[in-house]
Amino acid sequence: MPALPLDDAGPYVAAAYLVFLGLILVYVAIMAAKLARIARELGELTEIVDRRSAARRERADEEEAVPR
Amino acid sequence: MFARGLKPLSIASVVLIVGAFALVFFYAPNDADQGFVQKIFYLHVPVAIVALLGFVAGGVFGIRYLRTGDRSHDLRSYVAIHISLILAVAALVTGSIWARAAWGQWWVWDEPTLVSFLIVFLLYACYQPLRFSIEDPERQARTAAVFAIVAGAFVPLNFMAVRLAESLVHPRVLSATGGSMPGEMRLTFLVALVGMAVLFVTLWKYELTSKQASMQLRALKRALADEDDSWVPTRRSAAPQQL
Repeated sequence: MPALPLDDAGPYVAAAYLVFLGLILVYVAIMAAKLARIARELGELTEIVDRRSAARRERADEEEAVPR
Repeated sequence: MFARGLKPLSIASVVLIVGAFALVFFYAPNDADQGFVQKIFYLHVPVAIVALLGFVAGGVFGIRYLRTGDRSHDLRSYVAIHISLILAVAALVTGSIWARAAWGQWWVWDEPTLVSFLIVFLLYACYQPLRFSIEDPERQARTAAVFAIVAGAFVPLNFMAVRLAESLVHPRVLSATGGSMPGEMRLTFLVALVGMAVLFVTLWKYELTSKQASMQLRALKRALADEDDSWVPTRRSAAPQQL
């Protein structure tokens, strides 16, 4: 089989390596999107927990303020 | 649990892959027969080998799950097969590009190596739909483990059958006699193979860590929902939902 001149072989080699890099990049992008979702949901949960803690503290303060 | 060693692994992956690609283009000589297009070999063959080994690893974790009942092995098996499928796509596409450049055709149907790899790929392409079709998590994990073991055993059998078959055009690179690659080519190939294997392990650990974080988040949501006395619906998924 004769060797392909670089001009002919170059695009094929470039395409093969770019396909691989493209797949890895797409995978990393999907992972980044997942990570962003986890961070957002974690932020929402933290907010809920903070709100609940504040409400509990308020209730406790009110109970203490009521004269017995 | 899964995040340990992720940072050094990530660095090692980048160094090895960049190093391998540098060796491919600046160190390894052009093949006397195929010329520059043979450079695809250093990508295509390691990707295909690591994908097949990943499928076998999925089967090994399947065995460990069935023996111990530990859900983390089911997750390991699922993620190994998931990443191997991505690498198998890369192997099929890069192989097809190489075939077009070297043989003048995108695909050769009477070549055992190509067709057998496609069969293995299509077999594993059924894995995720199979998991998705089973709602009960226990049954899903058990059935998926059995599938992973049977399909994982099929991979080396398939490899041996292909070695015994008469090859028409696809070269045999790894042989009992060590092949006929000159030193520079062999070194480049080995670095690329190790780099690909380390990249696989890194991506595997990334995915495991991400899945574990999602599971913990769901558990936290459930715990908060219980306090609220409301119900958070769980989404049906092919991926394991709890450890």
